[in-house]
Amino acid sequence: MIWRKKSPEPPAEAPAPVIPPAALTIDALGRKCPIPIIMLAERVGEVPVGAVISVLADDPAAFTDVPAWCRLKSHQHVESYELPQGGWAIHVRRQY
Amino acid sequence: MAYLDAASTEPLHPAAREALLAALDVGWADPARLYGSARRARLLLDQARAEIAEVLGARPDELSFTTSGTQAVHLGVLGALQGRRRAGRHLVVSAVEHSSVLHAAGVHEGAGGGVQTIGVAISGRVDLPAFAEAVAAEGVAVAALQTANHEVGTLQPVAEAAEACRSAGVPLVVDAAQSAGRLPIPPGWSVLAASAHKWGGPAGVGVLAVRKGTRWRSPYPEDERELRRVPGYENVPAVVAAAAALRARAAESAAENARLSALVDRIRAEVPRRVPDVEVIGDPVDRLPHLVTFSCLYVDGEALLTELDKAGFAVSSGSSCTASTLRPSHVLEAMGVLTHGNVRVSLPRGIPEDDVDRFLTVLPDIVRRVRQRLGVQ
Repeated sequence: MIWRKKSPEPPAEAPAPVIPPAALTIDALGRKCPIPIIMLAERVGEVPVGAVISVLADDPAAFTDVPAWCRLKSHQHVESYELPQGGWAIHVRRQY
Repeated sequence: MAYLDAASTEPLHPAAREALLAALDVGWADPARLYGSARRARLLLDQARAEIAEVLGARPDELSFTTSGTQAVHLGVLGALQGRRRAGRHLVVSAVEHSSVLHAAGVHEGAGGGVQTIGVAISGRVDLPAFAEAVAAEGVAVAALQTANHEVGTLQPVAEAAEACRSAGVPLVVDAAQSAGRLPIPPGWSVLAASAHKWGGPAGVGVLAVRKGTRWRSPYPEDERELRRVPGYENVPAVVAAAAALRARAAESAAENARLSALVDRIRAEVPRRVPDVEVIGDPVDRLPHLVTFSCLYVDGEALLTELDKAGFAVSSGSSCTASTLRPSHVLEAMGVLTHGNVRVSLPRGIPEDDVDRFLTVLPDIVRRVRQRLGVQ
C-alpha cells in the first residue's frame, strides 16, 4: 500500500545489490518482533567495538525496530539491504 | 477496571445519556416530514446542528451528520477530490493519518489518482516545509491533515498547513476526530471531519463540515438527506445526545484538560523512571491533553496488554502482534520509533488520579515478567 515504507525497487537491468560482509550474522528470518531485537541485544557483545553485525529478518516490524533499537542503545544503524528472498539484512555497528 | 482507552472511545457523557433518553421519546419522527412530531424532530436536529457548529467553528449550513467519523472522513476526502476533478488528480496526505484517510486515498489511487505521502519527524509532527511544497505543485486537487495523531497524541501544524493550502488554492481536509471537543479546531480547514463518540457522545454520529465556497461533490448516489451530503435517515436522538455531550465538554474542557494533562506528564516522567529500556514517544508539549504512548524494548505488545487487562487496566497498542493486520502501526513506522511493546494510555474525563497511580505501580512488574518469559534479564 502506498503509505507503507518500502525499499525502492531497483531498476530491472541493475545487478543485485552487493551486501558487504559483517563480523557476525544473526539469522532471525521467520522470527517475529521483538525476538530479532532480543537476539541482537544478546549477541552485540560478541563482536569487537566498531565491527558490524548483520541481522537477517523478515518481520516487517524489524525494519523499523532494529534502527530504533540502535538509536535507543547508541549503536549505529549502518544500512538495511533488501534480501532477494524477502526481508532485509540490517547492518548494525557496535559503538561501545 | 480502570479504563485508560479514551482515544478508542470516550464513555458516554452523563449529559448525553440524559439527552438521548429524552430525545428517544420526542425526536423519533422523520425530520423531513411536515406534521407536528416531524417538525419537532427537525427542530431538535437543527438545534443540535447549530450547537455543534458553534463549538467546532462552522456555520450550521456547512455541517452534516454522518453515521461515523470514518464515514465523515471517507465522504470528506472523496467528495473534495470529486469536486476538484478538473483542477487536478493528486492528493497530499501526511504519513500518520488515520487509516480512514489512507484507505480513502487508496480508493483514489485505485481509480488512477495520485497520492503523495509526506513524512513526519520522530515526534510524529508532519514535515511542514515538505507538505507546503507538495501542495504548491501542479495538479494537486486536495490535501489532508489530522489535528492530532490518534496513536501518539502529537498535534499537527494545521493552521500553518492550511495557510500553505490557501496560498496554493488547494482545499484542506482536516480530520479532527481525536481533538474535537477537547481542543479548539484550528482555523483554515475546507472540509472538517469529527466523531461524537470520541468526545463522549453516542456511537453512530460523525460530523462532516464543508466550508462555504469549497467545491465538494458526494461520491455516493444522490440523496436528499443532510443537505444532500450524506445519504440515509438521520439518527435524531443520537445527534441530540452528541450535541449535549459536546456542549458539556466545551464547558468543562479548560479545567479537565489541565488535570488530565498533568496526569499525562506524570506518566511521561514516571514510566521511564520505573521501567528500564522504555521510550516515551510523541511530542511532550504539543500534544493532546489526555494521551500518552510508550514502547518497551524486548516486550511482546499482546502479552503486555493481556497482563494489564488481568490486572484491571484497559489500554491499547499499536504493535503489530495486537492488530489483525500483522503489520506494525504505520504511525510508529513513519516516526521511526519502536513498533513492538507499544502501549497507548488515554485518559477519559473524570478518571480518578488513583487509577493512574495504580497503573504506574503495577506496570514495572508486569513488564519485568513479560520480558522474563521471553528470556530477557
